[in-house]
Formats: sequence, structure tokens, C-alpha cells
Amino acid sequence: MAEMAEMTDAMNGVLDRGRAADYPLRRREVVAAMLADRGDMLVVAGLGAPVWDCTAVEDHPLNFPLWGAMGGAAVMGLGLAMAQPDRRVLVITGDGEMLMGLGAMSTIGAQRPDNLAIVVCDNERYGETGMQLTHTAGGVDLPAMALAAGFASAAGISSDNEFKAALPAIRGARGPAFWSIKIRAENNPIGAMPPKDGVTLKDRFRAALLGAA
Amino acid sequence: MQVDWTDAIFSVLRDWQVRQVAYVPDAGHSDLIRRCDAADDMRLVPLTTEEEGIALLAGAWLGDQRGVLLMQSSGVGNCINMLSLARVCRFPLLMLVTMRGQWGEFNPWQVPMGQLTPKVLEASDSLVFSVDDPGQMGQTMEAAARMTFEGPAQAAVLIGQSVIGAKSFGK
Repeated sequence: MAEMAEMTDAMNGVLDRGRAADYPLRRREVVAAMLADRGDMLVVAGLGAPVWDCTAVEDHPLNFPLWGAMGGAAVMGLGLAMAQPDRRVLVITGDGEMLMGLGAMSTIGAQRPDNLAIVVCDNERYGETGMQLTHTAGGVDLPAMALAAGFASAAGISSDNEFKAALPAIRGARGPAFWSIKIRAENNPIGAMPPKDGVTLKDRFRAALLGAA
Repeated sequence: MQVDWTDAIFSVLRDWQVRQVAYVPDAGHSDLIRRCDAADDMRLVPLTTEEEGIALLAGAWLGDQRGVLLMQSSGVGNCINMLSLARVCRFPLLMLVTMRGQWGEFNPWQVPMGQLTPKVLEASDSLVFSVDDPGQMGQTMEAAARMTFEGPAQAAVLIGQSVIGAKSFGK
């Protein structure tokens, strides 16, 4: 018990050092709002909390939740967006996952798929490993990087008003489009999990998109 | 006139309706990249690092397009963790690897990854096909493509320096 209390104190210490403990936007609400009325949108979720957030809304067959492949979410969205140019593709991932694959911004910027949107739920933390600060806590500006890489639009969001105003664009603005949504650093109960079996995830996605094989 | 091994590769890619051609370039792939660039139904996707190609082509397959990943042997080392995506989900993944550090290599910095390339790919559950004779390219590519897309499986065709040399230095 004493050890647990020490760990909790240490964790709170980490949380207190950054600004994100006080950010008003909450990840579960933000992701739920993005996935409400999703229509025929295709979703790739980066590993960790974005997977739990998306699955908390619905374990939807047109979600592809990544249990690994860190750094691969955005460029997986690119491959999907180029293969399905008439469908909106939304990548929802975390700041740590995006930072591991920053080169993907350049690869996407060079291809300029107009149906691809990337949203980073940015809590400035590695949430699955003890809430250590990521580079965005130190001021690394992901939307500025996306703009410099050639995205059609990119913006940071930190308030509820900004988020509500951006929602239609997240669903439909010409891509490639990028948002970093500053969300509160918090650990939610994981709750519902999608299947872990990769073949199941792949097969159900393709069946929902393409019809029975 | 020798069999043009680049033509042999291109023709297999076209037969299998490969649409996304992802690459980090190598001199040995330059003719193939030009051929694919000229094809209306193929899209070239230059990458910043080879592992992007694994995830890109997984996304392409989710959206019902086939792809191929071109890289040189040093790039195989960059792919190791991302290869788990292809393995766990059984995404079809066709890789064309031009070898360095293998056969008369002049640059010792290429040797470690060149020697590790087949071992790393086999350890990652890839099928590995080696081509050291340009005349074998067509049938090897066809075999690899069939096992990749009909498996599905991940497969790498290693293009030996003896082949690339026959192309690049023989003119």
C-alpha cells in the first residue's frame, strides 16, 4: 500500500509538471463527437488510448484499431485513402504515436490525398507507459510541421468552441488535413476493447467495406 | 541481348494489378521506378523510411489495392518492428530488395545489414527468394507474387549484386 501511494504521488508529480492536467477538452468526449454520425467514414486508430476511445464509442468494423505498429497509423491511413479515394479516411492517434512516425507527414504531404484527415489527441504524454512527457509538452508544434510538410490545412485546437467549430471540417474539409487537439492528461478506465486478433480486424474491415469475399 | 530483368519484374507487377509502388530508392531499382512512373495505373509513393511502406501497403490492402515495396538491403533493418503488422494481420506484403554488402561490395558499411538481410526477413516470417541470375527474375517474381497475394503472405525477392551489376555496370 505504501508503495502504491508513492507511485500515485510520483504519477501526480509528473502530471502536475505539465500544463495538460488542466486542459479543458476530454479525450472520450472529443473522440465520441468526431465519430458521431460517421456515415461511411473509414477510421484508423493509433495504438493506446485512441484505440480505447474509438472502441468506447462502438467496436465498428470500419475502425482499424492498431495494437502495435507504433508510428504507422498516419501512413496506413494514406494507403487506405489512396485505395479508396471516394471515402473519407480519418486517422485518430496520439502525440507519441505521431512523433514516432513524423516522416509520414512528408510522405502524405507529397501525395496530397484530398480525402485524408489526421487528428492527434495530444495530451503531451506517453499515456500507456506512465504518463511521461512527450516532445509536444516541450513545445513541439505538430500542426506547424504538417503545414510545412504540405498538408492542405492544419490547426491546433484547445477549447470546446474551437473543437465544435472544427468538427465539420474534420469530417469533410479537403485533405490532407491535420488537427492537434489538446486534451487533458488523464487515464480513463480502458473499458471495451476491440478484437486483438489482427486477421479478424482485417477481414471484418474488408468485408464491411468491400462486401463478402 | 540479355533478358531485361526490370521488364520481367514490371510485367509481373502489371499482371498482378499492383497499384501502389512504395519505395526508398536504390540505384538498382531506378529503371523499375521509371517504368512504374510511366504506368497510368500505378502510383509511386516515395517514403522517408522503409517501415512506412509496411503500414502504407497494409492500408492499401484494407482498401482493396495491391502494392509493392522497393528498398535496398539496408532498409530491411528499418522495417523490423513494422513487419509485425503484416505478420499478425496476415497482410499480403511483397518486397523487392536490392542487395548491398553481399557480392563484391566496395563499402564495408553496407556489409553488416547486407549479411543480415535474409536472416532478419526469415526471422520475421517472410518468405525469401534470392535471384542471382537475371534470367530467373521473371519466374521468381511470379512465384513470390502468387504466394504473397494468394496466401496471403509476406515475401521478399532479394536481387543480388551480381544481377544489378550485370545491369548497371555492363553498359
